[in-house]
Amino acid sequence: MLSSLTPHLPALQVVIPLIAAPLCTLFVNRHLAWAIAFTASVAAFLVSALLLVSVLDGAVISYQLGGWAPPWGIEYRIDAANAFVLFIVSLIGALVLPYARQSIEREFDASTHTYFYTCYLLSLTGFLGVAATGDAFNVFVFLEISSLSSYALVAFGAKRDRRALTAAYNYLIMGTIGATFFVIGLGFLYMVTGTLNMADLAVRLDDVGDTRVTRVAFVFILVGVGLKLAMFPLHLWLPNAYSYAPPPAAAFLAATATKVALYVLLRFMFTIFQFDHPIQGLTFEYVVMPLAIAAMFAASIAAVFQEDIKRLLAYSSIAQVGYMLLGVALLTETGLTAGIIHLFNHAVTKGALFLAVGCFVYQVGSSRLGDLKGIGKTMPWTTAAFAAGGLSLIGVPLTVGFISKWYLIQASLEAGSLLIAGLIVASSLIAMVYVWRIIEVAYLEPAPEGREAKEAPLSMILPTYALVAASLYFGINSELTSSAASVAANALFSATNLASEGASH
Amino acid sequence: MDHHFILRVVSKMLIPPILLYALYVQFHGDFGPGGGFQAGVIFAVGFILYGLVYGLDHLRRVAPPAIVRAGIALGVLLYAGTGAYSLFKGKNYLDYSALADPERAVGGQHLGILLVEAGVGLTVASVMIAVFMAFASRAPEIKDTDW
Repeated sequence: MLSSLTPHLPALQVVIPLIAAPLCTLFVNRHLAWAIAFTASVAAFLVSALLLVSVLDGAVISYQLGGWAPPWGIEYRIDAANAFVLFIVSLIGALVLPYARQSIEREFDASTHTYFYTCYLLSLTGFLGVAATGDAFNVFVFLEISSLSSYALVAFGAKRDRRALTAAYNYLIMGTIGATFFVIGLGFLYMVTGTLNMADLAVRLDDVGDTRVTRVAFVFILVGVGLKLAMFPLHLWLPNAYSYAPPPAAAFLAATATKVALYVLLRFMFTIFQFDHPIQGLTFEYVVMPLAIAAMFAASIAAVFQEDIKRLLAYSSIAQVGYMLLGVALLTETGLTAGIIHLFNHAVTKGALFLAVGCFVYQVGSSRLGDLKGIGKTMPWTTAAFAAGGLSLIGVPLTVGFISKWYLIQASLEAGSLLIAGLIVASSLIAMVYVWRIIEVAYLEPAPEGREAKEAPLSMILPTYALVAASLYFGINSELTSSAASVAANALFSATNLASEGASH
Repeated sequence: MDHHFILRVVSKMLIPPILLYALYVQFHGDFGPGGGFQAGVIFAVGFILYGLVYGLDHLRRVAPPAIVRAGIALGVLLYAGTGAYSLFKGKNYLDYSALADPERAVGGQHLGILLVEAGVGLTVASVMIAVFMAFASRAPEIKDTDW
């Protein structure tokens, strides 16, 4: 039975949550909906693990949707790069659901739970689809599925705070502009090549050469995806969206949405455009890299001055996207490895942190620093989990954050820039400031009288600790993540022109 | 709307042709312009016109919200289920040729697109009606006099 399913794994990866989503709405019972959603997310995780194992040796799986051969039909193409992204997205997807149950049970009306699970699964479907597909237009379709359901997930927060509605609306406008730019870029590519299959696009773009159309397409796609991944200064939708979304949704989106968008950027730049023409490399060197460094500092400094932990973490996410882009913009294989490994590491870290904040919100009803004085005594487990995540955010050894920074600094030194290495260290110090602010409030300030906050329920603590454990485990034994990231980076990088001209740099 | 006699009569006359035209667009999608998206919107227009003229309460009686919501889910399920059926038949996902005998592969393609478009039409029509209901049933949160 299992072996007959193996060739269909790429399709099942996307189809399982897609079929489960309408089932959640159809079976009106909220407990049944949760059970369906959880089963589907676990199944999706198992599929992604099987896929990752089968491509780690550098193999590529091609799946023809509907039996139509590429480049005419839609092809799902799994290599190490997207298998790694599928793995992290479905891992977070499966971990957040057991957590979400208690959290939304307290927060929402019972009648809306099934819709939450439906939106969640559709969002998961979208993210997995974006990562799995090898068809450029299919990327757009799945990007829209994931985005539209993400807007709804953010708007669910309106039960607690009405500002979630404006946050979701802003997210919708910015996200739609991003998607429109992206599809305009795709339109230009389709105009000059007549194909939408990624592999075919790459081949045909070689023949087109460095025309104005390809340049415009390149810029539209860069800016469009930049909006989706909150590339500084296109990040303005992110802080509000993450701070007003209900905690489980915030954790899920923070750990997956920008990561998947970054994957799209990598796929388009390295697999399709391949840095064929100097202008593309120069754009990364002189536009993306300075913006990435600006994000590392500006967003970190903004994070220092936040009064709300969720907002603080959201700004920190923008800074972390800066690190990933910095690694990518070095345009070396080591830099790319660093970017991809940070993609995984940050997803785990930020997921753990947002889940921990969700526990605070669950018990205290607020995530403002002023309301969390002395919380370390009443909610020791949650606070400890948060502290561990915070250490990883700074990049303390034995956490995944350290591994990321190590690879990033190594890559920047290899590229011959002591300055960039210094800037990475300097911005980590700012991270220390904002993490310390929370630790100080949580542990050193006295708890106010009369606050009744117990430890969060086990079903919320366990997923949080699973991610904390992952962030520690992969910080000590980075064998799996670093080998997966380097195989992924190699798969992306070896296709480009950078690989052949590397010696001239 | 009780006093708008002409509006009520005219819309009652218009609704059946609108629904019929939607079905034409739906099933003619194989041969010419048309298909589930367009047909779904046109089909929903019949309901929305009814809701506009006769009021939301009447519309709710014709299209109960629970059924509309189930329609949204069922359409997606029909689409995804058609694909899953080919998986069970040992073909690739959404490979319609699994729907018919191997020697009648074209028939399978025909049936497949018909089912898939039916799913699209059902979901689009239900979503349009649901969106209309959501907007129409929204009570103003702040009264003009409260400003």
